[in-house]
Amino acid sequence: MKIHEYQGKQILKKFGVTVPRGIHCTTVDDAVKAAETLGGKVWVVKAQIHAGGRGKGGGVKVAKSLDEVRQYASQILGMQLITHQTGPEGQKVRNLLIEEGADIKHEYYVAALTDRATQKVAIMASSEGGMDIEEVAHKTPEKIIKVFVDPAAGLTDEQALTLTKGIGIPEGSVAQAVDTLKKLYTTYMETDASLAEINPLIHEGDGTIKALDAKFNFDSNALYRHPDIVAMRDLDEEDADEIEASKFDLAYISLDGNIGCLVNGAGLAMATMDTIKLFGAEPANFLDVGGGATTEKVTEAFKIMLKNPKVKGILVNIFGGIMRCDTIATGVVTAAKEVHLSVPLVVRMKGTNEEIGKQILRDSGLPIIAADTMAEAAQKIVDAVK
Amino acid sequence: MSILINKDTKVITQGITGKTGQFHTEKCQEYANGKECFVAGVNPKKAGEKIFDIPIYGSVKEAAAETGATVSVIYVPPAGAAAAIWEAVEADLDLAICITEGIPVRDMLEVRNKMKAKEAAGGKKTLLLGPNCPGLITPDEIKIGIMPGHIHRKGRIGVVSRSGTLTYEAVAQLTEIGLGQSSAVGIGGDPINGLKHIDVMRMFNDDPDTDAVIMIGEIGGPDEAEAAEWCKANMKKPIVGFIAGVTAPAGKRMGHAGALISGGADTADAKLAIMEACGFTVTRNPSEMAKLLKAML
Repeated sequence: MKIHEYQGKQILKKFGVTVPRGIHCTTVDDAVKAAETLGGKVWVVKAQIHAGGRGKGGGVKVAKSLDEVRQYASQILGMQLITHQTGPEGQKVRNLLIEEGADIKHEYYVAALTDRATQKVAIMASSEGGMDIEEVAHKTPEKIIKVFVDPAAGLTDEQALTLTKGIGIPEGSVAQAVDTLKKLYTTYMETDASLAEINPLIHEGDGTIKALDAKFNFDSNALYRHPDIVAMRDLDEEDADEIEASKFDLAYISLDGNIGCLVNGAGLAMATMDTIKLFGAEPANFLDVGGGATTEKVTEAFKIMLKNPKVKGILVNIFGGIMRCDTIATGVVTAAKEVHLSVPLVVRMKGTNEEIGKQILRDSGLPIIAADTMAEAAQKIVDAVK
Repeated sequence: MSILINKDTKVITQGITGKTGQFHTEKCQEYANGKECFVAGVNPKKAGEKIFDIPIYGSVKEAAAETGATVSVIYVPPAGAAAAIWEAVEADLDLAICITEGIPVRDMLEVRNKMKAKEAAGGKKTLLLGPNCPGLITPDEIKIGIMPGHIHRKGRIGVVSRSGTLTYEAVAQLTEIGLGQSSAVGIGGDPINGLKHIDVMRMFNDDPDTDAVIMIGEIGGPDEAEAAEWCKANMKKPIVGFIAGVTAPAGKRMGHAGALISGGADTADAKLAIMEACGFTVTRNPSEMAKLLKAML
């Protein structure tokens, strides 16, 4: 689960990281009021969406007067902000963060994430802050420094110093930078984050270390112990169909192709999508119905897939293990009838009670195309939508 | 022969009294030598009782001491699953198999680091399979986990995969063309887990009764590439490889918590290329995994 920058900064602040003073708002008038409340002569008007690259897309502006605050806030609020992470259609800006200006002397990058290879928490830092870290990793990998933290020990002083020295934090700011890194690590662990990124982390003219941005991802398996973070969820920033699917315990992700897929198991679902591509078409979605696919779940899965106007055909691929093929077949028939299915449907079923399942499909009177293997199923649905 | 488990393995079931634990314990008991293999359950509140004729003990340690069991299977719900793994480790079992899906990553990080610290201090090493995995099976001997037993046949092909249903797919293909399996292992779809592809490939390489292996991976993480490099230098047996997720977009979690493309090196295409360079016979068509393997024997 992702949150907005202003929420991320609230969390960092709670854990003791220095962040600029700022006010979240949703109207132009409130943006101007926020600037007045903050005082000073320079403000930053920042679009709040869940995607990165906001500055390049025109979603971050420095205002030098209250009039400019008003001007930028009206430009940004309501715009379709397009960044390299939003896709070509962009994301509508509904929230703003108005912040006091910062006296930036240098921009750094710091982040905490889980490293699968070492099974530890990696703290990454770079002297090249304020830009796309993937680009830094690609062009100048030597400028990214990592330490790996054992949760039993936490981030040690020695590790933190390795990072601050490695990225060239000036002597006078080292103590605060070490403290900031330790607090970043604590925040990461205490909130069950899967990513906590500050880009940029800056030092100001007076040596202050400050987090100018905050990006968080949280482990969805751990949300049950963080109701305060769940309350930060912004459904406007998420795909409506994916939210609907999650209500029925379906893992759904919409894609760009025209063949809907309904599969049990994440690995088999990906393999089915890949097979569709292998036979010359593109999948319209990833959809894992999971282990306990009831008739209700299958019906909802059909409804969600068919909401996508691009879907020209559906492929159902089920490996009946504990879940029996006859149960799935009944679900598919009921669902197809309920949604008055008008696109071609290919069903491939394998495993427990396979023959009974196939018989149910044949007896349904529906024009269901049967297939024995994944490849045959993909070939048949690709042919059917041509 | 087989890897990790056989007909003489004695198993403790943690979470035996829950709905999932009960359902699958019964299925495992019904499979091959299951009645002799599943010897104990654990639930501190129901110690002294029995379920399906299996005695329930208050702790894993007690169950192991009373029955001589060396392996446990865990169906405990996510919030308590990491603690259940640690209980199995503290009882010095040989192997803990965690079926539970949805364990917080932080819990797994903590328990994995505790396990490594215990080994580093000279304590007994307990292997962990999973979490979020189907378990493992040695056909016609023992099944520990949630896979459908009837699709398997005894034989000489090893199967290792992160995904449950994709393991079943490979097994069913093998069985259909007359190739049985020595053992089929599901290592699970979570980012922080126990046994990895490389560990299971080592075991298959050392197992005199395994002739060839199907290794199935997914997008996300470095594990398949690491296994491939090891195989290039060490593996004496033919391998067919498949990676699911050529069509998966970057930055989206494809069902499994671990199936998430985060950089350039963990895409399906990148992994397939490494596996091919390491001498695997790779395919982009998951329907022909078994057929390809048969052609190599």
